[in-house]
Amino acid sequence: MALFRCEEMALYQLFLQSEAAYNCVGEMGEIGLVQFRDMNPDVNAFQRKFVNEVRRCEEMERKLRFIEKEVKKEAHINIPNNVPDLKQVPAAREMNELDNQLEKLENELRELLSNQEQLQKNFLELTELKQVLLRTSIFFQEADSTRFAAAARDDREHEEGEALLDVEGGASGGVAGGGTNKLGVVAGVIKRELLGAFERVLWRVCRGNVFLKHADIEEPLTDPTTGDSLLKCVFIVFFQGEQLGNRVKKICEGFRATLYPCPEQTAERREMLKGVEARIADLQVVLDQTLSHRTRVLESAAANLPLWFVKVRKIKSIYHTLNLFQVSQKYLQVQCWIPITDIPKIQAALDKGTSDAGSSVPSVLSQVPTKEQPPTFNRTNKFTEGFQTIIDAYGVSSYREMNPMPFTVITFPFLFAVMFGDCGHGLIMALFAGLLIWKEKDIIAAKSKNEIFMMFFGGRYLIFLMGVFSIYTGILYNDLFSKSMNIFGSQWAIPQDVAKTLAGYSDNTDTVELDPKDSFKDKAPYPFGLDPIWQVADNKLDFLNSFKMKLSVILGVMHMLFGVVLSLLNHTYFRKPLNVIAEFIPQVLFLGGLFGYLVFMIIYKWFAFDYTNSASAPQLLITFTDMFMLSAPDDELYSGQYTVQVIILLVGVACVPWMLFVKPTVLYMRHRNPAATQRKTRDLSTGLTFKNLNNLAGDDGEGTEGLISNDELDRENGIGGDDHVISPDTHGAHSSNGNAPGAGGHGGGHGDDDEEFDFGQIMILQAIHTIEFCLGCISHTASYLRLWALSLAHAELSEVLWSMVMSIGLSYDSVFPGILILPPIFAAWAVLTLAILLLMEGLSAFLHALRLHWVEFQSKFYHGEGHLFTPFSFKHIVENPLED
Amino acid sequence: MGAAFATFCIWILMTVFWALIGVAVPLIIPEKIENRRLIQTMLLLTSVSCYTFWLCIFLMQLNPLIGPELEIRTAQAIVEEWQS
Repeated sequence: MALFRCEEMALYQLFLQSEAAYNCVGEMGEIGLVQFRDMNPDVNAFQRKFVNEVRRCEEMERKLRFIEKEVKKEAHINIPNNVPDLKQVPAAREMNELDNQLEKLENELRELLSNQEQLQKNFLELTELKQVLLRTSIFFQEADSTRFAAAARDDREHEEGEALLDVEGGASGGVAGGGTNKLGVVAGVIKRELLGAFERVLWRVCRGNVFLKHADIEEPLTDPTTGDSLLKCVFIVFFQGEQLGNRVKKICEGFRATLYPCPEQTAERREMLKGVEARIADLQVVLDQTLSHRTRVLESAAANLPLWFVKVRKIKSIYHTLNLFQVSQKYLQVQCWIPITDIPKIQAALDKGTSDAGSSVPSVLSQVPTKEQPPTFNRTNKFTEGFQTIIDAYGVSSYREMNPMPFTVITFPFLFAVMFGDCGHGLIMALFAGLLIWKEKDIIAAKSKNEIFMMFFGGRYLIFLMGVFSIYTGILYNDLFSKSMNIFGSQWAIPQDVAKTLAGYSDNTDTVELDPKDSFKDKAPYPFGLDPIWQVADNKLDFLNSFKMKLSVILGVMHMLFGVVLSLLNHTYFRKPLNVIAEFIPQVLFLGGLFGYLVFMIIYKWFAFDYTNSASAPQLLITFTDMFMLSAPDDELYSGQYTVQVIILLVGVACVPWMLFVKPTVLYMRHRNPAATQRKTRDLSTGLTFKNLNNLAGDDGEGTEGLISNDELDRENGIGGDDHVISPDTHGAHSSNGNAPGAGGHGGGHGDDDEEFDFGQIMILQAIHTIEFCLGCISHTASYLRLWALSLAHAELSEVLWSMVMSIGLSYDSVFPGILILPPIFAAWAVLTLAILLLMEGLSAFLHALRLHWVEFQSKFYHGEGHLFTPFSFKHIVENPLED
Repeated sequence: MGAAFATFCIWILMTVFWALIGVAVPLIIPEKIENRRLIQTMLLLTSVSCYTFWLCIFLMQLNPLIGPELEIRTAQAIVEEWQS
């Protein structure tokens, strides 16, 4: 049964024709049921056969990432999130097509990008030039007016439009004589923050002989390469002489100011301005068209992007897997682990792959006998996956041992609920998990990266069951947000005479104790759960503690006995009757005898003692310890108790040397005379039964390895030639390789028989097991008392929260202040309930229930020394792209 | 005698209920349902654990050795609300 144990696995050798190899491996990836082994472990990654193809795929991935980055820059383009997986293997030629397509796309995008940059640079220059032209006209006009003033002084006539540069003399306006000194002008644009330093350097270097005017450009300009917006300003420098001019130009270079030629005449400037503006308008049009073209290209790419990613990843993973194969001229071969029940499916996939590739040679699957422990494959669906995960977190089950998962599905939520036990909180938990389950398709499609939420989501079925069981235990504990429900009517009645005297009490802190003789006589217990009167009683804890401790012990002993029974199932499956006699029976006698007797006493005391003989009711814990100290009980539970206890104790004590010595002794005797021990045993690796016939071992030399070399196989099956091909059976387990059963048979039997028989080691191991079990019985039984402890803590926290927070809001006599105070108080109570009682207590109870399973339950039968089955599967690769 | 009879009735009711869930229903689940074994295991374990839990609480209250200690106001409230 694949539910209670992991799947049966077998090691197979797969032969693929070179043409069909790619398609077949692709089909294997689609069905995800084959785990390939690396046949070239000592070959460097760069020396493998298909390393070029892998490189190409990585190049394609790089291109895809570049395209994705470009698409993401345009925020309004959406990359479709959920692309349905077509479950198709991309054909080998698709790789070439895709490669070309991607290359074209990348080149186009890069070209567009550089064009765009260039255009934007031009645009920036033109804009700056326009600004320069606009601002400098102001300077020239100012200079004109200065000239006018100077001319008026000198009585010269100046026409409008004559540039400053015609003035003889300096820019200072004074005209002296007819000197033909020409003024040089340099105009440009510089970043605003550099202006001050620029001015100072100019002043110092040119010794104050230059004149700088500047004006800010109001709108920020965009830098073409980085896309930042910069604030710049226009400046103009007047100087005299060539040397000064060179110095000025060098300084401008140093400050990375861009210089623009500025015509002196106003008319020229106006012409130039018009030209510049026209060019700017043209450039804007071109820029817009480029952008829209780029957007179109990106949009069409974005639609296909996820599909391409998936295809490229699939192709890359196929070539990675092909690298694991052993390559020869005509065929490729590999060893792989396959679940036996899936062999027809795998065979069909191989046939499909071969026919897709158009090859006529079918692929061959043949079984390889081996003594290795196969990987553990537990088939799960979306419901059982969560539970299997928490089991595997402790240790993956050994091959074909009992899988605790189907039992954990119920026992884990149940033990959680015993500790959580509040139906209000359970209801909230169940509703939350129910919501997650209802919306699971949407949540999976959304592919959230929030780890904590995905953890809760992964455990949604677990949380749902925990909530449902908590509702049940909450009803039984009669705890609804720390209040009890009185559905069937309390069975405790205050007798008439006591009721009459009640009015006489003045001090409200007085208490009255109800005697079961008067208040509970002739009554049936509350039918479903705890009587509601206990919630309002002062001595509630006295009653409940005793009950919860007893309940914990009962549940604990039951759980542990169940674990021991599972070990019996393991022993019978692996055909080890020695373990049954030497380990299982003494374990049951010890655990069942001693702690089962404790459970018996608990239940017996519930029946045998009531208010009539409560004075002589013995305390069970004292009785139990007295039993170990062999002292006679003061108060007897039943007659003959002392004798019974002595017998049980003696049997328990006798079990210890039984567990310690029997098995090593028998193994030692078996080692001495092997002929007497021909028995059927179960082969670990194939699950088939072979006779443990030691004389078979002598037949083939390489049988001891269990692994047949390739040459051997070739010789047997004649695969070397291309005319002799063996067609696969539908059940490859019974392969054409006749060697298998014989060699495999040797693999069966006790591991001890094949290896060196080390008596000392066996003895020590047995001693450890015995001590672990016997001491473990006591400590684990006590450990189950955490069921009591946590449920007590939860109930107390709940009650404190109610009485300290919620009661305040409910304690107002009149509507008016009450109605204002109650909502915020309720809000505070609700938040604290969610945070402390649901999240913190929930996590705590989860952890303790998990510990009870991992340690107390599983130590009775679980070995957990297996390794997980990691098949080659596209589903896994496509979802986790970062792994290589 | 009324008490003992009532007790017995309650007990037999619950036992039959959980026995139906734990034993009868798993047997009648049709063969072709995919996770049949899992559902059978779940039902059996649920019924065993829930029944045990209910039984322990029931048996514990069968013969109480101590009674509740009530505050006066609570006792007065009980007399008024639950017993009139």
